[in-house]
Amino acid sequence: MNPTSAPAGRWTRFRDSYLLYSFKRDVIAQLSLVAFILLLGVAVLAPWLSPTDPYDLTTIDIMASELPPFWIAGSDEAYVLGTDAQGRDLLSTILYGARVSLIIGFGAVALQATLGVCFGLLAGYLGGRVDAFLMRLADIQLSFSTLMVAIVVGALVKAIFGGDTFGAYAVPLLVVIIGLAEWPQYARTVRASVLAEKAKEYVDAARVMGLSSRRIMFRHILPNTLSPIFVISTVQVANAIISEAALSFLGLGMPETQPSLGSLIKSGFDYLQSGSWWITLIPGAVLVMLVLVINLLGDWLRDVLNPRLYKG
Amino acid sequence: MSLLDVNHLDVRFALRNGDIQALRDVSFSLDRGERLGIVGESGAGKSVAAFSLLNLISKPGYIAGGSIRFDGQELIGQSERALRHIRGHRISMIFQDPMMTLNPVLSIGDQMVECLKAHRRISTHEARGIALHKLVQVQIPSPEARLDQYPHELSGGMRQRVIIAIALLLDPDIIIADEPTTALDVTIQAEIMALLLSLCEKHNVGLILITHDLGVVSQVTQRMLVMYAGRVIEEGPTREIINDPQHPYTQGLMNALPQMATPGSRLNQIPGSMPSLDNLPDGCAFHPRCHFAMRSDGQRRQACYEHVPGFVTSGNCRVACHMVSEMLGYERIPAEETTS
Amino acid sequence: MNATESLRHSDAHSPLLEVRGLEKHFSLSGDFLEQLRFDKGRLVRRQEYVHAINGVDLTIQRGEALCVVGESGCGKSTVARTVMGLLKPSAGEVRYDGERIDDLSTRSLLPYRRRMQMIFQNPYASLNPRMTIQETLEEPIRLHHPQWSRQAIRDKVHEVMISVGVAPDWGNRYGHEFSGGQRQRIAIARALAVDPEFIVADEPISALDVSIQAQVLNLLMEARQERHLTYLFITHDLAVVEHFGTRVAVMYLGRVCEIADTATLFAHPRHPYTKALMSAIPRLEDDRPQHIRLEGEVPTPVHLPSGCVFHGRCPHANERCRREIPSLITTDNGAQVACHAIEEDRIS
Repeated sequence: MNPTSAPAGRWTRFRDSYLLYSFKRDVIAQLSLVAFILLLGVAVLAPWLSPTDPYDLTTIDIMASELPPFWIAGSDEAYVLGTDAQGRDLLSTILYGARVSLIIGFGAVALQATLGVCFGLLAGYLGGRVDAFLMRLADIQLSFSTLMVAIVVGALVKAIFGGDTFGAYAVPLLVVIIGLAEWPQYARTVRASVLAEKAKEYVDAARVMGLSSRRIMFRHILPNTLSPIFVISTVQVANAIISEAALSFLGLGMPETQPSLGSLIKSGFDYLQSGSWWITLIPGAVLVMLVLVINLLGDWLRDVLNPRLYKG
Repeated sequence: MSLLDVNHLDVRFALRNGDIQALRDVSFSLDRGERLGIVGESGAGKSVAAFSLLNLISKPGYIAGGSIRFDGQELIGQSERALRHIRGHRISMIFQDPMMTLNPVLSIGDQMVECLKAHRRISTHEARGIALHKLVQVQIPSPEARLDQYPHELSGGMRQRVIIAIALLLDPDIIIADEPTTALDVTIQAEIMALLLSLCEKHNVGLILITHDLGVVSQVTQRMLVMYAGRVIEEGPTREIINDPQHPYTQGLMNALPQMATPGSRLNQIPGSMPSLDNLPDGCAFHPRCHFAMRSDGQRRQACYEHVPGFVTSGNCRVACHMVSEMLGYERIPAEETTS
Repeated sequence: MNATESLRHSDAHSPLLEVRGLEKHFSLSGDFLEQLRFDKGRLVRRQEYVHAINGVDLTIQRGEALCVVGESGCGKSTVARTVMGLLKPSAGEVRYDGERIDDLSTRSLLPYRRRMQMIFQNPYASLNPRMTIQETLEEPIRLHHPQWSRQAIRDKVHEVMISVGVAPDWGNRYGHEFSGGQRQRIAIARALAVDPEFIVADEPISALDVSIQAQVLNLLMEARQERHLTYLFITHDLAVVEHFGTRVAVMYLGRVCEIADTATLFAHPRHPYTKALMSAIPRLEDDRPQHIRLEGEVPTPVHLPSGCVFHGRCPHANERCRREIPSLITTDNGAQVACHAIEEDRIS
């Protein structure tokens, strides 16, 4: 296996990679990526794309509430997907809501990943008491469900600072709540792959060289545990979005003045019986689609990055 | 006619950037009770050769051509059912890792009984009797107790003895052993090899022994094949090849052994390494490492660099090398034009 | 550095490495909670250990190549890893150039890391898959010579790549692009990059193909001559020992059973285990395997046999062997053997 050709640049290496090869052959992955980029794009560009600004109370006309989407009789041309109970344009609200959901999803995962990767690396590499302590901590954390953490933290913040402050800091608070509640997933995955990598001789070689533990952990072991971190990240983004939606649905998440997909679903839920199903079901469909495409991408990534499948 | 005749066997692996030829034009035969060694480095195709005999090559691999005749019957193109009958029953295999054959959740006795009953109509009681008899043959201490033990309760050497007992269970005609002792310690390896040898002789069972260890081949087999980059390059009686290897690769392999040099002196190494199968050089696959090809010039050099050598007979051996064919006075005819 | 430098020259005849009474046990029982067991109605704490090495003494002089041979599980790799400080010994000490090094912290061990380096068995695992060859080789140089300029580091990498026979322009490739033999060359280059004087090689050629083994062995011997290296060479292959080693230590179940000069050992193996081991090598000359049959197999190092660890498989064992642990005695030809039968002149 002599390397014969000239050293390949990053682009050629990507072009010849298994990642791209398998992506080209997987229609579901392609569709999912297109759908995800589309959703991400409209969410990011929501302030420019949406016809109205749902946060701006002056544009809301209470008389135009509960208008149906365009394909049902009685709709208004100005509101393509109809309006909600307060008369907000549903399309705009969904775009803004998806934006909030995605911000919380990615933010929470970034926090989870930072905490989980650090704890997982420490536990796996140092072993012994550090390992036992961190992993028991993870067990305890996991035995509180995300909802319980959210209920406790949310209730405390609301009780101490009042509902208005909670509303103002809802996004960072939810990021912290969901981030704190789910770091053990990362820590466990990272620890398992650190244990596998630690047994390999290149880690011994680094120790024999005299490198510090920190450098061995971050420079040598961490890059080799990135594949499982990527895979778990996709699943966790989807989970975080669902968690946020569930919290908002229960009234513990985003306030109705800055709706996320979850609080939109909730706000429409009361009108479901009265025939205004679109206020709940359309945001619901968007949520399902968002989570589905992220999970499908995650599945594909897991199959590709599973070394047992392609190293044969 | 021999018991097993393999002719012009081609095996390929379908990969995403095209097919890789794992075996090219491999031919050999095995008589009843004969012991044949297949020698080569990793990637030379020796395991593929053995696995393809029973069509056991896994998915991307497939047999692209040639014939395998066993006891007068063509095996290529046979149904999976017919092959399964031959596998285990008439040709059995011993793998490097005993756990590939042994099921960890079944006791040794159960596995042997199951195997017997799958091929023969006998009672469990009779099957246990045969199993016990085979365990006695492989000289396992306290064989009765072993029947009820599980694979993980046995040591590595013991497991390999059980594997040999299972391989002998249905009184096969041929045993294919793929690096049967590589995972074992030197002292255990010597015992297992001695056992295999004596059992094959006693029951007149043919043995195809795949190994990278020239010492083992020299002690156990009567004939040997040397493989390089998917082709057979030398074939003949083991003694003759070991004592007087003809092909420069076989010579290099022998000379590179530390026992062939005076202690502390420089070993006679073969430069470079075996090419990967997806990037074979033109001509003789060994020419980039061959001191003969490197030193030659003119027409001779052209032969090594551009034409795959065909087999020439030298004594009782067959050798695929331009140098040997020239020394023996053969006319220089490129192999491709004569064989295919 | 000056103090150690002068020490090195003044003490040219003192051993470079000394291992005294080395023991290493690995716990099999997990953490405290997992060690608790119910035994006859009482809660007891039970711990089981793998006794990987049980009292090993070795001395390596400058310029020597000491080979440690033995079968799997005899503790030879554990000796190598303990000497390199990858494992903390359970008892005993390791002295390098007169200084005790087994109890040093990572930081105070750093000067020794430059002087002693290690080569590993599996070239497929010993190179970090996410680092290029250049990065892999630069890292130890940068660590041990922080004052060197970028160009000086590059020149050193260039030099050491050439000395192991890897083309320097392949530096920006990753390990997986190379064959096993080339990877092992790169691993050797990494060890040589800091100009060590002592190399621990743990089965450096056993994962390689036959034709590549000779290349790597030649490379190690060249390095030994050109750089005046001292080796601790771990292997299971006696043919390699005979070729490479100046002295040999034969290990069995965590103990040294015989140490001798290579030529002496191969001409007159004394210990019954050494004899059996040597008879088991498949020779090209024989038509038939003619090995000394040993009873049974190597016992597990969890429950060590009493007395001589080899007595269960030894054809010459008597009551004393079952009871009393033999210590190394020096025989008339200079070899050291741990065997009661030889001490009592029951066998030659």
